[in-house]
Amino acid sequence: MRNSVAVHPTDIPSQPKSNRNSPALAIADSTSKRIGAFFEWFGNLGIFFWQVLCAAVTPPYEWRELIRQLDEIGSKSLPLVALAGAAIGVVVSLEARYTLSRFGAKSLFPSSLVYSVIEVMGPIITGLVVSGRVGAGIGAELASMKVTEQIDAIEASAINPYRLLAATRILACIVMLPLLTVAADICALLTGWFAQAMVEPLAFRQFIENGFHGATFNAFLPPTFKTSVYGLIIGLIACFQGMRTTGGAEGVGRAATNSVVLASLFLILADVVLVKFILVVFP
Amino acid sequence: MTASPDTRMKTEGIDKEGRVAAIAVENLRKSFDALMVLNGITLRVEQGETLAVLGRSGTGKSVLLRLIIGLVQPDSGSIQIQGQSLSGLSVDELGVLRKKMGFLFQHAALYDSLTVAENVAFPLAHHRREMAKSERSDRVERLLAEVGMETSLDKMPSEISGGMQKRVGLARALALQPEILLLDEPTAGLDPISSREIDDLILKLQAEHHMASIVVTHDLFSAKTISNRLALLDQGNVVIEGTFEDLQQSDISFVSEFLQHP
Repeated sequence: MRNSVAVHPTDIPSQPKSNRNSPALAIADSTSKRIGAFFEWFGNLGIFFWQVLCAAVTPPYEWRELIRQLDEIGSKSLPLVALAGAAIGVVVSLEARYTLSRFGAKSLFPSSLVYSVIEVMGPIITGLVVSGRVGAGIGAELASMKVTEQIDAIEASAINPYRLLAATRILACIVMLPLLTVAADICALLTGWFAQAMVEPLAFRQFIENGFHGATFNAFLPPTFKTSVYGLIIGLIACFQGMRTTGGAEGVGRAATNSVVLASLFLILADVVLVKFILVVFP
Repeated sequence: MTASPDTRMKTEGIDKEGRVAAIAVENLRKSFDALMVLNGITLRVEQGETLAVLGRSGTGKSVLLRLIIGLVQPDSGSIQIQGQSLSGLSVDELGVLRKKMGFLFQHAALYDSLTVAENVAFPLAHHRREMAKSERSDRVERLLAEVGMETSLDKMPSEISGGMQKRVGLARALALQPEILLLDEPTAGLDPISSREIDDLILKLQAEHHMASIVVTHDLFSAKTISNRLALLDQGNVVIEGTFEDLQQSDISFVSEFLQHP
């Protein structure tokens, strides 16, 4: 029989006895591990992003899959985004009317609604809604593929999974978020006008003319296109969480949840930076 | 200082007769954290030959296949595919070798959003883009007919049984006409009748396509039926390698115990 060497669990060095029961050291140890895991997560995310980027810019390109994802992420999210936009339009309209009335500035209602929706509410609401629907969907789909070895099968077939699965989804998110934001804005303005018109008659044409009076490129286009960054965040985090899942069904659930939570969190944090950036670069 | 002829032959997978092995694994080691899975495996498979790799659960059999296809990187040792080392290959170079290999996963790993026909067509759609759609469809139908699944073209993987999924997985693995076939537990989870049907299918495909194959299994009957040689792993090492008769005649206690209680 050939010699065999195996490492047994008892061979692994154990912690010195004197440290085991110290609560302070245990807390310090736990904290340091959490901090390490935090930075490790960002490091792995950066490596993943680089792998996806390299795969995305090298042929052969997965055009068919990209088109499929544009449909999946874009057109299938449209009803939900439109509904969310419509609801926000009513809410902002009611609140704006009440607030402006208190300060005797009802005439500013159209422009306040337009600017509120297009610059702030439309992008963030679209981002959060898409983060929930698309982020969870991508995270769960890729996680399910990971735990059932489908991603390994793709790789074993000499097809780059970063190009086929991740790059297409991330690019689709980047392209579709601004378009979905425009749809949400339109629905919000329509329902916002309607909510106002139900209380105080206001012609739609007058509403639009007053609302967009003095509008410039800087006012509307940068806030809409910043949602491409939201799309990058949603797609990247969802694909990252999905493609490195372990642990069966529990892992799939965790990937879906983490995709939504982390994408939403980073989206909101990114908005802080992007708003400041837009105010500085596009005054 | 140049390497000796024997060393050069070993590193290039060349035997003393000058033949290049289809698969040559030399002193392969792999650990996951503190757990040693493979501890110096050396194996060789010639073109047209089937090697069955046996062992208890958790002895690294599936890891061996994943190392050969490049899904996992070894800690040390070498893997040669038709004389070419996997070490240091770029993604594109590894892709060229992978196209020569077909892999059947333990649970088939069919793409659950695609139909049976689309699953089999998947490698063709990506690597034979010049192929006309009608030609691709014909090839898919022929492959599925080879494995007895020609009536299930439009079914989803969830609508067919485990044995049928294995058949479709086999058809997909053969789509690019590979020279090497890697099969991970092809009869695992199947009833005895389905297992024997898969064995017969593998034998038929071997006779027709003359591939070099490694079959990982703990099914002793299946291993005896479909393979030319068997290798028994234990604790990361090859305990014995040879024909079934060699195993039966071995005086190694582990081998006798395994043959009695596989």
